[in-house]
Amino acid sequence: MPQTTTQSKYTTVSIPITLHDRIEKMIIKKSGFKSVSDYVTYVLREVVAMHETKDVPEPFTSTDVEEIKARLKALGYL
Amino acid sequence: MALSPHGGRLVQVRAIEGSNEKIKELSENSRIRVSEETRVQMLNISNGVLSPVTGFMGKADYENVIENMRLADDTPWTIPVLLHVPDDFVAGTSDEITLVDDNTRPLGILEFEELFSISKKEYAKKVFGTEEEAHPGVAKAYASSDRVVSGKLKSVARLDAGGFENYTLSPKETRVLFVEKGWKDVIAFQTRNAPHIGHEYVQKTGLAFADGIFINPVLGKKKAGDFTDEVILETYQALVKNYYPKNSVVLSVLHYEMQYAGPKEAIMHAIMRKNFGCSHIAIGRDHAGVGNYYGPYAAHEIFKEFPDLGIQAVFFREFFYCNKCAGIANEKICPHLESDRLSFSGTKLRKMFQSGETPPKEFMRPEVSQVILKSKTPFVE
Ligand SMILES: [Zn+2]
Repeated sequence: MPQTTTQSKYTTVSIPITLHDRIEKMIIKKSGFKSVSDYVTYVLREVVAMHETKDVPEPFTSTDVEEIKARLKALGYL
Repeated sequence: MALSPHGGRLVQVRAIEGSNEKIKELSENSRIRVSEETRVQMLNISNGVLSPVTGFMGKADYENVIENMRLADDTPWTIPVLLHVPDDFVAGTSDEITLVDDNTRPLGILEFEELFSISKKEYAKKVFGTEEEAHPGVAKAYASSDRVVSGKLKSVARLDAGGFENYTLSPKETRVLFVEKGWKDVIAFQTRNAPHIGHEYVQKTGLAFADGIFINPVLGKKKAGDFTDEVILETYQALVKNYYPKNSVVLSVLHYEMQYAGPKEAIMHAIMRKNFGCSHIAIGRDHAGVGNYYGPYAAHEIFKEFPDLGIQAVFFREFFYCNKCAGIANEKICPHLESDRLSFSGTKLRKMFQSGETPPKEFMRPEVSQVILKSKTPFVE
């Protein structure tokens, strides 16, 4: 059965208890994160996005570029 | 290295070719008559402005967007892209649907996936933060049907840009343009107004650290009292020509209907400009807001929730003219009193123009004022 409630959209990942406690200590001092899970989610999204977007090629071919440049010139953008 | 399009891929929907195919597809498929706003969304989906979205959202994306501000694959996304259909709509036997305009001209072919219902109240509350009908976005949501169809756009007809073709660039085109200009850091400026000095200072503050600025006015349906599309474009042309260094600005328009969803819309504005190839976007006071529905800097706060947005927001406080500073300043740099300051109010400007008055040059550049004064219909009625 498809799961549609927001509650079902979480899963568990194990991290060392020492790391958990270290994060907990830090976020108590710094506001902004409600829980260790929030913090871990935030950091992972930041890091994953960095890896995903590394060396993404431009989404056009060299033929595209010539055609596009011709239009841009005709319109006065180049 | 190229700046990644949102979700990692710039969506390109193929054009419908040849009239025979058009007629065939039109006669065999069931049809949906779509609004002008949907037509414009089709344009933006087809050329990648709304990447990675490839069509109208299904239930999984819809629910995750309104609950968690992300597509079902975790990509940041804050306002659903929906295709509303009449309550009695039947999908038919074909797995394709032809989308047509008011004159039954085919605009595109949709690969039908799902037909489902949404709660308009929930939509209003989650997207706009209010259920009040006085909010224009809520009113529009309530006026539309609660039945929606989802699917990928398979092909689109040539979708015209309402007479602004020569000022409409696609993300592919701006990306090539920025590379040709040698720009790496490009700051986007979203606007739906003719520029006053306050706008110019936001842009130039951004330009001071970036290689170039992408001024991207929104054209399309507006509220009464807003500047008309023609005036917005012409005033910007006057400003850029007279007050910007050569080769520092790209001015091109975005066809898009404002939602007035404040912070959530600010995120969408950022995503669209990321797809155009911008590295930064200027976010001002009450960005995309209306009335008093959102805190003045709520659109700044929301960016903290998206470490993976892939475009950097640059936050601005409002600029004003300060008599004591003898120049343009903002709260961060001016220590003087409210009474020393002249704020740039759109309402004040409109009143001046309506009585044929030229605003002081501390308020608006004379070349910009001239465009407005010369226009027979500067404001939407
Ligand atoms: Zn001052």
